[in-house]
Amino acid sequence: MKRTGSQILLESLLLEGVDTVFGYPGGTVINIYNDLPDYPIKHILTRHEQAAVHAADGYARASGKVGVAIATSGPGATNTVTGIATAYMDSIPMVVITGQVPTPLIGNDAFQEADIVGMTRSITKHNYLVKDVKDLARIIKQAFYIARTGRPGPVLIDLPKDVQIASTKFVYPDSVELRGYKPTYSGNVRQVEKAAKMILAARRPVLYVGGGATASDAGKNLIEFAELIQAPVVTTLMGMAAFPTGHPLSLGMLGMHGTYYANMAVTNSDLLIAIGARFDDRVTGRIAAFAPKAKIIHIDIDPTSIKKNVRVDLPIVGELRDVIEKIGNKLRENEEQVEAFPELTAPWRSQVAAWRAQYPMSYKSSDSVIKPQYVIEKIRELTDESAIIATEVGQHQMWTAQFFNFSNPRTFLTSGGLGTMGFGLPAALGAQVACPDRQVIDISGDGSFQMNSQELATLVQFKLPVKIAILNNNFLGMVRQWQELFFDHRYSQTPLELPIDFVKLAEAYGATGLRASRPDEVEGVIRKALETPGPVLMEFKIDREENVMPMVPAGAAIDEMVLAS
Amino acid sequence: MVSHEAKHTISVLVENEFGVLTRVAGLFSGRGFNIESLSVAPTLDDSISRMTIVTSGDDRILEQITKQLNKLIDTIKVIDFTDSEYVERELALIKVQATEDTRAEILRIVDIFRGNVVDVTARSYTMEITGAPSKIQAVVDLLKPIGIQELVRSGPVVLGRGAKGGLSDKG
Repeated sequence: MKRTGSQILLESLLLEGVDTVFGYPGGTVINIYNDLPDYPIKHILTRHEQAAVHAADGYARASGKVGVAIATSGPGATNTVTGIATAYMDSIPMVVITGQVPTPLIGNDAFQEADIVGMTRSITKHNYLVKDVKDLARIIKQAFYIARTGRPGPVLIDLPKDVQIASTKFVYPDSVELRGYKPTYSGNVRQVEKAAKMILAARRPVLYVGGGATASDAGKNLIEFAELIQAPVVTTLMGMAAFPTGHPLSLGMLGMHGTYYANMAVTNSDLLIAIGARFDDRVTGRIAAFAPKAKIIHIDIDPTSIKKNVRVDLPIVGELRDVIEKIGNKLRENEEQVEAFPELTAPWRSQVAAWRAQYPMSYKSSDSVIKPQYVIEKIRELTDESAIIATEVGQHQMWTAQFFNFSNPRTFLTSGGLGTMGFGLPAALGAQVACPDRQVIDISGDGSFQMNSQELATLVQFKLPVKIAILNNNFLGMVRQWQELFFDHRYSQTPLELPIDFVKLAEAYGATGLRASRPDEVEGVIRKALETPGPVLMEFKIDREENVMPMVPAGAAIDEMVLAS
Repeated sequence: MVSHEAKHTISVLVENEFGVLTRVAGLFSGRGFNIESLSVAPTLDDSISRMTIVTSGDDRILEQITKQLNKLIDTIKVIDFTDSEYVERELALIKVQATEDTRAEILRIVDIFRGNVVDVTARSYTMEITGAPSKIQAVVDLLKPIGIQELVRSGPVVLGRGAKGGLSDKG
């Protein structure tokens, strides 16, 4: 039987297991929206296309499934760009469908026309302009396959209006034929053998875990592997929740706002095993001084990540679980040696413990003014381990990474690579749709929150009980911190002069608003928020000039940390 | 490891689809890699195009270029010919001013370099020259004093030497 393009799209989504899409209607997707009620697909109407993409992103991060967003052509499509770039930098599987003007009008500067395929070429894993309805089913099949396999990422399908209307016989392909796309999953056996040898020869090993560990759901394998070789583990912002922060081998986050002991361990290690991490500049600091004494093993599914920023002694391309398991098995072949190994590295662990004891993560508590770190600790205390925490970008994001102590993979949703303010609220929204029975909290700053605050409406409309904690310092805090430390307190354009009544803002949308202005009000407000059904916004009036510490100044080595301000 | 800038000739087999050239060009420009020349045309299998790219960079950059090219979904195969035996040819069309005094000399040069005159007017010769880029350059250098009016070079294309199809069109 013949189907129109828009019907083919929706049927294909069902066949890909999609039950939820995030989107915003418009002229060139009106046919899709007209057919949508005929299909068992839930549509979450956000209040901005950027938020639809972030929501699909949050949905994907929390569930591991491919997120789907729909937007119309022109401004609808250009509004998706920040969302797509965010997902691309963090390797999030996503399919974005944009409407396009009818094919005969493409290139004519038609109403609401934008060359979204051209614009997103460098921020998508792949993208398509569908010119013939006969290609549509194949393209959708490929798009989902590309988005979720290998190093995941966003794929955009630009679908002209006339292609949505045209009809053809619908056959959904069983398999994907892409002669140019064959990710390497299986780690090379020779390289694995070399890795095992290098590990046994090391005396100061460190595991450096990145977002790839989350993407490949390698959490359990990682714990097993770290325990086998008794190596301390440092994580990136993106790798944070993949390895439990409370684990005795965990040193927390490394890099610019990492822990003292994580950075010291990396700097003094003799073997750094990078697992699904990409040596981002926020992690390495001055590259020449990064892990200067270490041999580096780099395990990654994406060959382009390897040797991009740092020299690597042993590259292993492959799926993390496969490679880690193979190295573990190789090590276990020599039972005596592997059992004796932790003993040989015991002095190293004592040294690391000494660094930890010397400068543990801490902050000055106060009875008179709310410390942001205290709020984060309290949220952690009052929620269970399954709670999903999204953040925006800035100081609150770093405090969350430093003080929340994540225990489970896919519970920390944050824009690591692109650093997108306004990400957290829609991402939390998407996560709540994916995980309706779990507690979802957006930890936010007053600056970031205002970049997508309109999504309060979506929360209320769809009865999504997301709790929002705004750490309000009336500043663009992270930039202010840089201005304080490196620009002689010249606070150019960082004070947010207009004090916003966030409680009233929440109420205007029909959500609940709560406020804490003193430390003794914090716990009560969090408890009340968690007990209140539906979306709740908590505003915490925090210490205005609290800084994120420790901090590695830009251009410094990661062991040259400023420990307190 | 000493690493120095060197010229590399890379062949890339890609899906013969619209937008592929932009993807490749965008990859180079977006990451600050150089393209000295680029030529593209379909292969025996018209669903595949072959690009020949001349670029330069140190070992690290070349490794990234090769990996990034491979990462494109539309890329089927990439070969850097630099360290292997290959034949290289470039085509140039050169329009030269011709006067009574210079006509004979121009023809002599064309002859020496085994070129062909493809268009003649009372005041000009247009010739085709094929060969390695260095040969083309030699012709250009000789004709320049006589008066080149217009010059177009195709950029080199290459094939590996020997019987084996190192970069078979069959992928």
